[in-house]
Amino acid sequence: MSSSLSDSGSGGLQQMTMIQAINSALDVMMERDPDVVVMGEDVGYFGGVFRATAGLQKKYGKNRVFDTPITEIGIIGVAIGMGAYGLRPVPEIQFADYIYPALDQLVSEAARLRYRSAGEYIAPLTVRSPFGGGIFGGQTHSQSPEGIFTHVSGVKTVIPSTPYDAKGLLIAAIEDNDPVIFFEPKRIYNGPFDGHYDRPAKGWAGHPGAMVPEGHYRVPLGQARTVRQGEALTILCYGTMEHVVESTVADMGVDAEIIDLRTLIPLDIEAIERSVKKTGRCLIVHEATRTSGFGAELSALVQERCFYHLEAPIERVTGFDTPYPHSLEWAYFPGPVRIRKAIDKIMKD
Amino acid sequence: MSDQPASGAGDQRNGRNLPPLRLHVPEPQFRPGDTADFSSFEIPAAGEAPRPDEAAHPGTMQGLVYGLIRVLDDEGAAVGPWDPHLPAETLLKMLRAMALTRAFDERMFRAQRQGKTSFYMKSTGEEAVSIAAATALASDDMCFPSYRQQGILIARGWPIIDMMNQIYSNKGDRLKGRQLPIMYSARDASFFSISGNLTTQYPQAVGWAMASAARGDTRIAATWCGEGSTAEGDFHSACTFASVYRAPVILNIVNNQWAISSFSGFAGAEATTFAARALGYGIAGLRVDGNDALAVYAATRWAADRARANAGPTLIEHFTYRAEGHSTSDDPSAYRSADEGSHWPLGDPIARLKQHCIRLGIWDEERQAAMDKELAEQVRDAAREAEKNGILGHGLHHHPMETMFEDVFEDMPWHLREQQQQMLDEAKAAGL
Repeated sequence: MSSSLSDSGSGGLQQMTMIQAINSALDVMMERDPDVVVMGEDVGYFGGVFRATAGLQKKYGKNRVFDTPITEIGIIGVAIGMGAYGLRPVPEIQFADYIYPALDQLVSEAARLRYRSAGEYIAPLTVRSPFGGGIFGGQTHSQSPEGIFTHVSGVKTVIPSTPYDAKGLLIAAIEDNDPVIFFEPKRIYNGPFDGHYDRPAKGWAGHPGAMVPEGHYRVPLGQARTVRQGEALTILCYGTMEHVVESTVADMGVDAEIIDLRTLIPLDIEAIERSVKKTGRCLIVHEATRTSGFGAELSALVQERCFYHLEAPIERVTGFDTPYPHSLEWAYFPGPVRIRKAIDKIMKD
Repeated sequence: MSDQPASGAGDQRNGRNLPPLRLHVPEPQFRPGDTADFSSFEIPAAGEAPRPDEAAHPGTMQGLVYGLIRVLDDEGAAVGPWDPHLPAETLLKMLRAMALTRAFDERMFRAQRQGKTSFYMKSTGEEAVSIAAATALASDDMCFPSYRQQGILIARGWPIIDMMNQIYSNKGDRLKGRQLPIMYSARDASFFSISGNLTTQYPQAVGWAMASAARGDTRIAATWCGEGSTAEGDFHSACTFASVYRAPVILNIVNNQWAISSFSGFAGAEATTFAARALGYGIAGLRVDGNDALAVYAATRWAADRARANAGPTLIEHFTYRAEGHSTSDDPSAYRSADEGSHWPLGDPIARLKQHCIRLGIWDEERQAAMDKELAEQVRDAAREAEKNGILGHGLHHHPMETMFEDVFEDMPWHLREQQQQMLDEAKAAGL
């Protein structure tokens, strides 16, 4: 983990779940910066439906941690106004599936404010939102809309895959002066997931990425993490899929280089290019629907930059282009079976 | 096309004796070719509306959302409890700012017609709405305007040459030519960056006000939208937030009767007033004669004092008339009666304030004519100065191309840097 440290965390290491790590990041930032405010549906007294903001209102008061009406337009619009005042709001959208009403405020306002005012006004928001499937959430609690935001100029998109990264990236996002969409893979809030729905759920205990400094540290935005060094092929992934890929690769015994992108915009293109030029093969894995998904952008970039190094066509394993189903979740989810098949295909070519 | 459905198939299909349902699609009173006749228009008398205490509970003042707060009567006298008793200096300052705004609008509209820029929007007939409000606010109260409140900047003494530079997107444009003309941003005037997306500024103003309250500041926020865009979700989200947190904010609806070609009926005006939107949110609501500068001042001052006393937000409907087209891209003769504006029963806001000042003996027609001439010259001179920084033209010569990529983010990421370099290389290869 030490390779991703830009400044060493103060205090000792502690084992945390991703929820605890996110809570710790908010706590650290609220302690350090009186401009940081946390707002959203159920985030105050109750501490959030996933407990990410537990205890914060009691510690920092209702002027800095408060519940909001159920209107995502309002939550983001109000956060932009607070940002214009000089605060550093961290609004929560309870599920990424509910972010669509706020799109106009995010796309036309937050993402454009610095540009249109030539820097007179900025929107230093960090919009936290649980996203992704694997929890039997049906179509309104399972979506992965990151590709909508990577398509928007002026907003950064960040997705952690471990408690350590979640805390360090969230701190970096809050300190960043641009709007950041911070999608939290809720399937791995309480433990990594190998993609086998029929195996017992695991906790974070024992995972190296679950050892988290108690104090302040950053994982810089725009830097990917090499999860596993390898020579056979490069696998680009993020969020929950990092763990599914890691487990599948271990089961197959294939010498894959696994890159956890962590930040989609700005993207760590150097890490991608370096790896694909080395391995000559590339698999892209994400939960989000396939067509116009972020994998399409990754595929185009790899083709543009590494074409003469490629020894096989680039493959994508993604969610299908259907709404997210409920009972058929494990047929939809891009799990080990599909990843294994794609790796086999790439390695055969 | 008939207003009736093609067949009354409903009752036959059901086998029941029920009348067919009808869809109501609103239609304005007058269309092109009609003579506008507002004689049936009920105008409450000036001085009639009661003035509640600034701390009044919204439930005790509901009548004000259906009436019309008016101070200036037909003779130009200030009457009734809402008379703000302004000193002569303030009255003349407002009159001057309104006249300057009109002169500015005339000049810039003409500049667009002369091909000096791409777009312009006048505020003719609505000058009181922004100027009297800005005069009633403190100069550091934060304004979140829509696109027709240029009067705020002028009332706050912002240099008109800076506004012109923005309109021309020229070398002097602080916004680097990035925004459509009139989408100003002026942080030093506590004036928020204008968006072309409607009513997005409403929840932003509420958020700013909430932040000010959370910080124990004394500054309040004010925002403006048109009656048409009260239909936007942002409006209702903002009202909910303002009510829930009792935010120190003034929510202004400029009801100028027309949203491009859609009359106010398409935003609900046939059913109730726009001020009445306040009732459901438990917000204090006022309905004001928007062409009466004293009424706009008094209502804004009432709302500002209320906000500063932590008594909560106020929603104000300014009942006015859009005397000109929506913008330079619009031709209102295609959808409304040509003489509506001249028959508008609430008159012209500048003429009414002028009449009041003359009646008070602090002003006369000669001074008005001299001021109009002076302001026209001031605007002309400023335009000439601004044009030295360039007019829009093909737009490529004012700001270096590479600035297009700046301010997307605080620091330019690699993909923008690459695209910037590609653009420069292509331009160079093409000999540009």
